[in-house]
Amino acid sequence: MWENKPVLLLVLATVTILVGTVITMVLPFAWVNTDRDRIETVTPYNPLELAGRDVYIREGCNNCHSQTVRPLVTEVLRYGDYSKSGEFAYDQPHLWGSRRMGPDLARIGGKYPDAWHYKHMHEPKSMVPKTNMPAYAFLERNKVDPDETRHKMDVLGFPYTEADIKALQGKTEMDAMVAYLQKLGTGIDWRKQADSAVVGELVNPFRGDRTAAEAGESLYRKHCASCHGQEREGDIGPELTGLAGMDDGDLFEILYNGLPDGGMPAFSNLGATKNWQLVNYLLQED
Amino acid sequence: METPAYDYRIVRGFVVWSIIWGLVAVLVGVLISFQLCDPDLNLPPFLTYGRLRPLHTNAGIFGWGIGSFFALFFFMVQRLCRTSLWSPGLARFQLWFFNATIIAAAITLLLGYNTSKEYHELEWPVDIMVVILWVIFAINIIMTIIKRREEQMYISLWYMLACLVGVAVLYLVNAAEIPVSLFKSYSAYAGTNDANVQWWFGHNAVAMVLTAPPLAVFYYFLPKSTGVPIYSHRMSIIAFWSLIFMYLWTGAHHLLWTPVPDWVQTLAMAFSVMLIAPSWGSVFNGYLSMQGEWQQMKSNYLVKFLILGITFYGLQTLQGPLQSIRSFSAFIHYTDWVPGHVHMGTMGWVSLVLFAAIYYLAPYLFGRKVYSIGLANLHFWLVLIGQIIYSISMWIAGVQQAGMWHATNSDGSLTYTFMETLVEMYPYYWVRAFSGIIYLAGVVVFLYNLYMTAKKGEPAEQLAQQAN
Repeated sequence: MWENKPVLLLVLATVTILVGTVITMVLPFAWVNTDRDRIETVTPYNPLELAGRDVYIREGCNNCHSQTVRPLVTEVLRYGDYSKSGEFAYDQPHLWGSRRMGPDLARIGGKYPDAWHYKHMHEPKSMVPKTNMPAYAFLERNKVDPDETRHKMDVLGFPYTEADIKALQGKTEMDAMVAYLQKLGTGIDWRKQADSAVVGELVNPFRGDRTAAEAGESLYRKHCASCHGQEREGDIGPELTGLAGMDDGDLFEILYNGLPDGGMPAFSNLGATKNWQLVNYLLQED
Repeated sequence: METPAYDYRIVRGFVVWSIIWGLVAVLVGVLISFQLCDPDLNLPPFLTYGRLRPLHTNAGIFGWGIGSFFALFFFMVQRLCRTSLWSPGLARFQLWFFNATIIAAAITLLLGYNTSKEYHELEWPVDIMVVILWVIFAINIIMTIIKRREEQMYISLWYMLACLVGVAVLYLVNAAEIPVSLFKSYSAYAGTNDANVQWWFGHNAVAMVLTAPPLAVFYYFLPKSTGVPIYSHRMSIIAFWSLIFMYLWTGAHHLLWTPVPDWVQTLAMAFSVMLIAPSWGSVFNGYLSMQGEWQQMKSNYLVKFLILGITFYGLQTLQGPLQSIRSFSAFIHYTDWVPGHVHMGTMGWVSLVLFAAIYYLAPYLFGRKVYSIGLANLHFWLVLIGQIIYSISMWIAGVQQAGMWHATNSDGSLTYTFMETLVEMYPYYWVRAFSGIIYLAGVVVFLYNLYMTAKKGEPAEQLAQQAN
């Protein structure tokens, strides 16, 4: 009978599609962004970060970068603590993405110092030689509009002060982008908690082993040279010559856990062996 | 019985423009596939991958896909209802407004005005244009069906009606946004809710735009091309209702392992696997309709397009549920496996069926027989080979990259850095880019064949006049 009645078919089809819709799409609103998943330390974006987020959207960064770390072993090792619902409460829209042409960015905040991002966004190949990311140097020429940003903050109902808006004067879209990236994933204090605690005394398994130092040298070129220079002369990071007198265990800990406050990333995901090889390379007399 | 005054002019208009937008989609697709091989091919700020990729998907889905469905719906609704269009004037306005919308979409996307939501990137003013377009289209189709002179509504009309209402609900809910300025808005939903709404939309856009309409086309044009009816009417009824019921539960399979509540993910996974049944209901209905007629795969090029099309639909609807299983998703999600999957659906299933329908229509639209069957066959093989190379290279790439992402050393550390895995992808990216050129060549042959049909094809006066 519905085969002869178009209006009835329309009504039945609408009801049919609404069943799954209500259960899987409407019902979750009762759990998400409520007290059940709230995280107190997560704060809204400040004006500069919000301006940066809008540049990220405009340039379609989400077409290549995801922003959710899944609770899978290798994913947590590679990117950091897995993502929690409450961390995204201020994300309108969400930017989780669906493809990782480049790495996930949910935990990028605090991984590198600002200077790394400025150089990388200006010319990605300068920091990551074989990357396929486009250069975004033009962001340095575009200024953030303070009034427009204030209006956006009002629309979203995010708190700000007049000083925040004043501080936008003269800021470029590049400044905004870097500020946004440094905010990502910092709503919870996961970086400190991820540090490995050292139990007992650290013993260098390769002391005096020249082949370990050679292996360390090639690791250095791959992982360290873009910040500390090809000849360890220093660039974004400090120069790394004359370390010969340093304690093996102390150096190992710095490499393994990083110095989050100094902008030095942790290299624990390389594993202990490779980090000891790096230690032996760095402790070599030049 | 007297032949109604069918309006084929409007069908022709939509066919021509949808092919033009389809060519744009493929050209941009080829460009961005090369950009992934060599970043120096990005020309900031307007021609970067990040801005061009939405243009590629929008031109493909809205320009080529929906443009062709407009054409084919207008053709099918008249023939199946044995009546002329309710309002030819409205349809003509729709054609102009459709092109205006696609042009507005292309310009705003290149300028960086986008909402960031996949397959729903258009900012609110263009969103409103899309809504107007859909409303006038829906009114015209529904009113034509209401004034029909054929008692029974054929299968294709059910899928068309479901598409009309489904797209309307999906688009309006996902479009809820707060305007900030003329070309900037913020989503009305936040974070995890926004993601769940978006993929409820995203996956069901696949159902309502890339499944229901091509099925309507398939159910109409397969019997028309072979001369034998669909195998089972009852099976098509079961397949139709279960398909539109189950699809709406599955959006969160795009969000497995994310902060979306676990039970939503589990439901999505279960319903995705269940969807194999209604999907294959249509596949079997197609295959079984060929009983005793398989020699037409050799003698009838239209059948070749349609049967390969439904075969890719069958493969797509097996691979999709596989990807929706948590453990498999953990492995391949975020890799190039997914574009391989998507392009089997778009370049294989949807486009092959559309090509067949357009060849079938050519005599009605141009009053001439298709210029060259040989060229149509060449077109078939080029797009088939291009698509197969595309998908297979991306599946291999995806498995390799997933394997490298998840590899660990004996001490529990990661074996590869992210860049080490990307570097391994470049050879596959080159293969994919060249497969795009092969596909593009097929599309150019198609265009040439249609152009020559319009100019030099053998007159087919009677055919164009012939009633249903």
